[in-house]
Amino acid sequence: MNFTTRIALPACAAAASLVTVSAASADEVNLYTSREPGLIEPLLDAFTEATGVQVNTVFLKDGLPERVETEGEASPADILMAVDAGKLTDLVDKGLTQPIESEIISETVPENLRGPDNQWVALSTRARVVYAAKDLELDSITYEQLSDPEWKGRLCIRSGQHPYNTALFSAYIAHHGADAAKEWLTGMKDNLARKAGGGDRDGAKDILGGICDIAVANSYYVGRMRSGAGGEEQKEWGDAIKVILPTFENGGTHVNISGAALAKYAPNKDEAIQLLEYLVSDEAQKIYAEANFEHPIKAGVELDPIVASFGELQIDTVPLTDIVTYRQEASKLVDEVGFDN
Amino acid sequence: MQGNAPQPAPLSGSMTSQGERQGRISSPFRSGGGGWFIATLLISGLVVAPLLALIWQALQGSDGLWSHLAQNVLPYALGQTVTLLAGVGILVAVIGASTAWLVTAYDFRGRRALEWALLLPLAVPTYIVAYAYLDLLHPLGPVQSVVRDLLGYDSPRDFRLPDIRNMPGAILLLSLVLYPYVYLPTRAMFMTQAANLIEISRTLGTTRRQIFRRVALPLARPAIAVGISLALMETLNDIGASEFLGVRTLTISVYTTWVTRSDLPGAAQISLAMILLVVALISLERWARRRQRYSVNAQRARPFAPRKLTGSLAIAAFAICFLPVLLGFLTPAIFLAVEAIKRFRFAGLSQQLLTEARNTFLLSAFATLAVLACGIVVIWAARLMPLRRVAIMQRIATLGYAMPGTVLALGILVVAGGIDRSINQFVQQFLGQSAGLILIGSGAALGYAYLVRFLAISVGSVEAGMTRIPRSYDHAARTLGHGPSATLRRVHLPLTRGAIAAAGLLVFVDCMKELSATLLLRPLNFETLATHLYGEAARGTYEEASLAALAIVLVGILPVILLARIGRNDAAPQPGRQSI
Repeated sequence: MNFTTRIALPACAAAASLVTVSAASADEVNLYTSREPGLIEPLLDAFTEATGVQVNTVFLKDGLPERVETEGEASPADILMAVDAGKLTDLVDKGLTQPIESEIISETVPENLRGPDNQWVALSTRARVVYAAKDLELDSITYEQLSDPEWKGRLCIRSGQHPYNTALFSAYIAHHGADAAKEWLTGMKDNLARKAGGGDRDGAKDILGGICDIAVANSYYVGRMRSGAGGEEQKEWGDAIKVILPTFENGGTHVNISGAALAKYAPNKDEAIQLLEYLVSDEAQKIYAEANFEHPIKAGVELDPIVASFGELQIDTVPLTDIVTYRQEASKLVDEVGFDN
Repeated sequence: MQGNAPQPAPLSGSMTSQGERQGRISSPFRSGGGGWFIATLLISGLVVAPLLALIWQALQGSDGLWSHLAQNVLPYALGQTVTLLAGVGILVAVIGASTAWLVTAYDFRGRRALEWALLLPLAVPTYIVAYAYLDLLHPLGPVQSVVRDLLGYDSPRDFRLPDIRNMPGAILLLSLVLYPYVYLPTRAMFMTQAANLIEISRTLGTTRRQIFRRVALPLARPAIAVGISLALMETLNDIGASEFLGVRTLTISVYTTWVTRSDLPGAAQISLAMILLVVALISLERWARRRQRYSVNAQRARPFAPRKLTGSLAIAAFAICFLPVLLGFLTPAIFLAVEAIKRFRFAGLSQQLLTEARNTFLLSAFATLAVLACGIVVIWAARLMPLRRVAIMQRIATLGYAMPGTVLALGILVVAGGIDRSINQFVQQFLGQSAGLILIGSGAALGYAYLVRFLAISVGSVEAGMTRIPRSYDHAARTLGHGPSATLRRVHLPLTRGAIAAAGLLVFVDCMKELSATLLLRPLNFETLATHLYGEAARGTYEEASLAALAIVLVGILPVILLARIGRNDAAPQPGRQSI
């Protein structure tokens, strides 16, 4: 045993002393997020500059609900930030959130962009759009038409299990029912130019690479590509496509949200609400719109010129809270038709 | 280098030493093993705890989703997984064993450099390799652009090469970075174990080719089996590469079941199915090594004189050995370097990168020490006590490697969270204040995940090293008045130094590459290179993370160089080595 204790224990002790964490202390707020850190950093920096409150972030790709649940009452998390209404609903369903008591938020954010009892609040919206090759003669398209045989071997899309797609498919179920949705997914699968996969930007890249003619992707990527922030190559991808705002036959364009919830055991509740209020302020919404190329949740905040060039966004009428209820079903349909296989 | 090197022992009765026939292995230490036994029990308990947490999760039921998964997801995913495993298994064995033989049995220009260069792909994580090739071989990438120019096409719409986003592509790319798991132990076996026997075969007039088939390959079979099983567990754990290449494995099903459906029990159920698959793999590997116990002289034998190749044969040998290095390391590394330089010119160096590199290095180094120590404890206990129950504990200790990092992290969250809550209750009762999260907050939970996940590497490697030490050494040490601990320290550890160093390298590099458990278990404001890379990659902008990726690869090269040096030094007798 001597050997073990001599080597292993000091090693463990030293490893444990690498980092320490404090839960609650003056003028800070702990943010758990599944959003890519680069996207919200400018906002958090602006908040710290304005208020002096330090923001500690943990970026978690997966397992945000599980981690907070496990941490229980001792959790240092104040704000839980996620993309996709379904993810936020999961947090509420697990009892990890508390109502956000703030008049500012209730007055600023439209009701359909807030969870039941203000259990979550949307901070920005994004549309699920169609990228088309620049020279393609196509001005408008409906989501339903994506399964038409004319697109055989010409469509690119990311994994059907990705939340961006499950939300879109849920919206389809909300409009037309599960059977029709299954048929639609089967048709889309037959139209794929390559396996469903990669990211949304790959849609633009593959259109330029001649693999596909149209791709389904989120609106804000276009701004990020064309702005040149991701380098020269991405600018080429962004410039090779035009954006079409698709609609449902009897509805509008499907949007999803990024949003935040207040953790049930938030040790810094006041600072957390302060941060949430800041995030829906005109200033922060403008940063969202400009830095992330997303659509603000607030009327009257100016759009980025690139985003404005897509045309006027007619948001689909089916409320997000309804779409969320179909997400398990949509996910099962993706498996049943072997969308990703 | 001619020092007091001991003479090789005579080879008579070489394959099994006295008293070591099947089923009756003797150990001279009839007492004094208690501490080792308890330590091993604790270690296997640590490994089992997250497993039990998973089983408990799996039993929570999943709202009838299981029947859906069994019907629509599992058959396909299982088929894809088995195909991928079979392909990777065959390919890593072929690449690893053939290159190992060529650089040991023959001498040709460039051999010495290739000997260690063949280890380089270890430094490149699977997800980075996959991404690099997707970009390189994309219709817009350099390869196809050159091909189009040569053939006189203007646009990718007129001419495209077939896509690599498919099963053969995935098998090829994974094998290109995983073959060193076979190459490393096999080459060690050829250099030491096989050398004596090969010398004898040659005096009997056998040709090189016959020696390879009839002597070297059968001798190397256990090493190849260990290598394949490690490579296959890596394959099962991989999430990035298979995802990029459009292969839907069980691992990805676990991910989507948990992430998309937020169905933890369902994910736990698939994970358990995967663990069964791994148990089958381990059993297969054990079966391949049945009846093989090596007790040829444990001193480093002289490597046998390699045959000089010239002319076209030398070129062919060089080409065969250079190809895996070129494809598995040089190409992606050069690609990353070019991208990193581009990025650096475009946006400069990120301030965080140095901190992240330091975090990654320290974390990996501590975890590696812990993993090696625990691996030695488990194997030593098994040698002290050749009992069934110790053997079972040893097998349990290697199960963690088979668990996908995400799933393991989940099990550990449940375990560590429970402990943290208990500590909190205790502290609150006595001090009236919250202690926060001791294990998760300090990074101990993350170290725990690394320990569980990579223990198999050190156990397998240390075992392979110790198996070669004849039991008579244990008896001799006992006779000379050494207890178990002193014998380990003065006899077995020095003799297994190479195996331990090899294990250390593999564990260190694997810790650096580890992503899924790290993302889930790291404390507030703690980033490693891999998590930074992932954060960038989540946006589909790998080129922004090319600096972090290049850093991972560069740091990963250091232990490869170290290992290559140890391998060279050990091949020759060293002055000052204790002779027993």
